[in-house]
Amino acid sequence: MLDVRGLRKVYEGSGRRVEAVRDLTFTVDAGELVCLVGPSGCGKTTLLKCVAGLLSPTSGEVLLEGRRVSGPPPGMAVVFQEYGRSLFPWMRVRDNVELPLKQKDLAKARRRELVSDALDAVGLADAAGAYPWQLSGGMQQRVAIARALAYEPDVLLMDEPFAAVDAQTRADLEDLVRGLWRQRGITILFVTHDIDEAVYLGERVIVLSSSPTVVQEQLKIDLPDERDQLHTRVAPRFAELRTHVYEQIQAAKRGAVPQDAKAAPPDVKTDRIPRVEG
Amino acid sequence: MRGTSAVLGAAGFAGFLALCEAVPRLGVVSEDYFPPVSRIADALVGEFGDEAFWTALGDTLTGWALGLTIAVTAGILAGVVISVVPYLRAATASTIEFMRPIPSVALIPLAVLLYGTELRSVLLLVVYASFWQVLIQVLYGVQDVDPLAEETARSYGLGTWARIRHVLWPTALPYVMTGVRLAAAVALILAITAELVIGAPGLGSRIAVAQTSQAVPEMYALLVVTGLLGLLINVGARTVERRALAWHQSVRREVTV
Repeated sequence: MLDVRGLRKVYEGSGRRVEAVRDLTFTVDAGELVCLVGPSGCGKTTLLKCVAGLLSPTSGEVLLEGRRVSGPPPGMAVVFQEYGRSLFPWMRVRDNVELPLKQKDLAKARRRELVSDALDAVGLADAAGAYPWQLSGGMQQRVAIARALAYEPDVLLMDEPFAAVDAQTRADLEDLVRGLWRQRGITILFVTHDIDEAVYLGERVIVLSSSPTVVQEQLKIDLPDERDQLHTRVAPRFAELRTHVYEQIQAAKRGAVPQDAKAAPPDVKTDRIPRVEG
Repeated sequence: MRGTSAVLGAAGFAGFLALCEAVPRLGVVSEDYFPPVSRIADALVGEFGDEAFWTALGDTLTGWALGLTIAVTAGILAGVVISVVPYLRAATASTIEFMRPIPSVALIPLAVLLYGTELRSVLLLVVYASFWQVLIQVLYGVQDVDPLAEETARSYGLGTWARIRHVLWPTALPYVMTGVRLAAAVALILAITAELVIGAPGLGSRIAVAQTSQAVPEMYALLVVTGLLGLLINVGARTVERRALAWHQSVRREVTV
């Protein structure tokens, strides 16, 4: 479905040359939920933007269903971390969700149907007439997810979508995404810096190295399909997998930046902005 | 609180009127040049009964509205094109910075040469003065487009036109509204100036006529009318702004549902 081959991205500007991504090769099969996890600043967002066709890679290529991605491809939707900037404050929730559909050749009735179906799916049927800024952070991110769902993408890209919501909301949204994935069979590439989240959500976890980024390891998550916050997270297998991923990330950090070897536990969760779901 | 300030405002204004009545009556200034408020009010009522006054008011408003419409349309179009076409902004910046500070009144001789005392003279001055107000605001507004909003739109396959319509325009709209409000005020000033100096028909030339014929209370009455016009235009512009920007953080009320 999604094929990333030898992807490399070098930023050049004002005399500085930054190799954000060195060489990434991986695939995501149709209907798979893959989590990409890596240390802070390892070029996850760069990678995602290349996959989404928003940035062109320096070398290598991204193939979506065998076709090379050179601009934003029609069958792809992106959910960004900063829902507040990604949703348009001048449009009501309903119009935000509908806007991308207007670019597709769809009848008005069909558009309405998709919008209300998507808002239903994220539990926001009542908020259709509200403006995004009238909603809590978690609800806003649900709107962004609904917008992606209504677009009926083959591949859904999610760029640290829950990094800016509080822990409880985050757990709810994780379950929402897993639920939608199981119901609708969408292919999801989920980028996160949160190891627990990656292990809890993914069918497969791809661990990235520090910048310049390569694939450190690919790991199959052999947890049962039925997962829930209460039991899955205390299962012994969950603990083993998360420990393994954690060690891999630590190894990746040591490999790239040796002087950081003695550093305190990783700051993987410190950039959460607490928000109250109301 | 709101009630209190309204009462204070009314009281202050009444005091101001009383002062303007008392000062000439007490002989502090000459009544010939500064007639008491009551005589100005009489003259105002007289103006309202004169058909020529309404024609003059109509002429001024025509020049104002027409000039403002042309300036706003041209300013918005030019602003969007300059911002959207690559390199155009950098290429035009120096020219804009040079043209913008030229006072519109300095163009009066040119206007007279070209169009005499026609409406087109007034339009030239009004459009020149208000165009820059709008253009500059549009240029600022377009720069304010959030890169993430732009990326979101691109990732959902919105083309150039759809992005201008749904992302760039709403982002720039608060700036455009400010530009239009400033331009509306400037346009009135220039319309009256043009009429006063060039003699194009309108309130300005009526003021000039009142002055030369020693009709001092009438002259003041006309000044009051221009003041009222300015006030109405500002209130109107602000109302439109609030309606159009109900979603914007400067206007909206935060409510969590």
